Amino acid sequence: MSIRQQTDAFDQAPSTAGCRVPYRVFTDRQYYDREQENIFKGNCWSFVGLEAEVPQAGDFKSTFVGETPVILTRDSDGSLHVVVNRCAHRGALVCREMRGNRASLECVYHQWAYDLKGDLIGVPFRRGLKGQGGMPGDFDMSQHNLRQLRTETVGGLVFASFSETVESCRDFLGPIVVEQIERIMCKPITVLGDQRQRIRGNWKLYAENTRDPYHASLLHLFHNTFGLYRSTQTGEALMDANKRHSLLYSIAASNDDAADKQAYGDSRTFDTEFKLQDMSLLKGRQEFADNVTLVILAVYPNLVLQQIQNTLAVRQTVTYGPDEFELVWTHFGYQDDDAEMQAIRLKQANLIGPAGLISMEDGEAVEIVQDAIVGEASATSYIAMGGGRAEDADHLVTEGAIIGFWDNYREMVGFDLEPA
Amino acid sequence: MMGLPTLEQMQLQHAAAQVNALHAELIDDDRLEEWPDLFEENCRYSVISAENHNRSLNLAAVFCDSRGMLVDRIVSLRRANIFPAHSYRHILGPTRVKSTSGQIVTAQTNYVVLMTRNDGQTSIYNSGKYVDEIDVSGAAPRFLSKTAIFDTHLIDTMMVRPI
Repeated sequence: MSIRQQTDAFDQAPSTAGCRVPYRVFTDRQYYDREQENIFKGNCWSFVGLEAEVPQAGDFKSTFVGETPVILTRDSDGSLHVVVNRCAHRGALVCREMRGNRASLECVYHQWAYDLKGDLIGVPFRRGLKGQGGMPGDFDMSQHNLRQLRTETVGGLVFASFSETVESCRDFLGPIVVEQIERIMCKPITVLGDQRQRIRGNWKLYAENTRDPYHASLLHLFHNTFGLYRSTQTGEALMDANKRHSLLYSIAASNDDAADKQAYGDSRTFDTEFKLQDMSLLKGRQEFADNVTLVILAVYPNLVLQQIQNTLAVRQTVTYGPDEFELVWTHFGYQDDDAEMQAIRLKQANLIGPAGLISMEDGEAVEIVQDAIVGEASATSYIAMGGGRAEDADHLVTEGAIIGFWDNYREMVGFDLEPA
Repeated sequence: MMGLPTLEQMQLQHAAAQVNALHAELIDDDRLEEWPDLFEENCRYSVISAENHNRSLNLAAVFCDSRGMLVDRIVSLRRANIFPAHSYRHILGPTRVKSTSGQIVTAQTNYVVLMTRNDGQTSIYNSGKYVDEIDVSGAAPRFLSKTAIFDTHLIDTMMVRPI
């Protein structure tokens, strides 16, 4: 095969449609650093947690915005705050626990203390000891607070932003995303637990993966064989006006096994011979009046809110570097779930997360890309299923929402950073 | 002062340790089709993070409540799931019998699972403890329940083999 026939050759004649993403954006530290500044600390709202994770006054949770450590707190008046987890004195972590409850935040290094809003309230030996030492006379406590992020909630999901200029969180999300959040967060929730997964790949490969209805029935046998998701299903792939976020939804009741088998032919993932001994795994309940059985809501830049059958979860991306990220899965149910519904959710959790019969496969999908693009300076991917433009689709044979992600990325970071 | 164990206590301890050793051996030697036979028909097998377990949250990475579900996990691994090629090596600590009730022994065993991937590197993949209920009434001891409570709450890429 000549170089010209290779789909990722950089000198290939440009097609009128289709999106080409240079592989260097997944491997080059420069892009990673620029993303931290322009996306995670830029004009974006990042997901930091669920209100239900910090229900009581004094509750806190340590988490990250991009790679930056932050603390989500609930103050005595019930208000939520997000602060950078870094002492204003000499930069130590103020909070070293994953979660807990405290009246104030105190750095262990020199005991500088902050209230739950992040305001500095105590500096030991501020006026010195026995007339010696002490802070300078013009030391102003109010100038040494923890860095406080803008914090807003939508439907019990807490978002934070470093930006003073970004629009409100609701406007950033747009009506489609807000409506989908409120659909799932329709009543008080109960956190069922967390799962954490380290993936040895670039975080944007997962952003692509969760905007990609094309792969879901071709990679995941459980989706296709058991009809949980097929590209033949009734469903849509929609974006917000800015095409940052992506909504994929589908309705399993639209399956037509015979016609679907014909559509998929000999595909590995449509395996009529594959049977389970214990089908209780897939016995769930129709929970939503709209009959939708799968929702993957990918919210730029770091969140997925999902419903797969009766599993409900948020997935938060934490970046470690160009070639590594963590995925934090927080599963939840509703406070009014009866015992049977609780059992269904705990059993169906076998489908998702790092050990999920479906979701485990996305970790490998990310890693085999990362492994293959090592050191590649100029070659690109080619994304064109469904027409090759960032357009909504009333079907599930599209990659349009991936292109929407990249259009935003190109604007915020760019594909052509100068070599360092 | 603790006296010496009775013969029966030693037998129970031996049975609990042996079935754990066999459990590890079947997994590490990739004899996964034999693994469900170590469990009762109406068993519970769960692999749960200490992060969840210690908060009394029941969400597990793997949760099976029948031997059929164990078989399904193995058949899925063989025929359905896509994951990086890898093998396990279990290192078990001593098994301690915590209590006995009739023919059911409750035992606890520390474990470490090392993972070796295609690149040839071996890493500490998962460490934790087993809390088991073992039925010793039959010809061979079998797990009525096995709970692997793991410290390593950051799972490396995926978990497809039993712990």
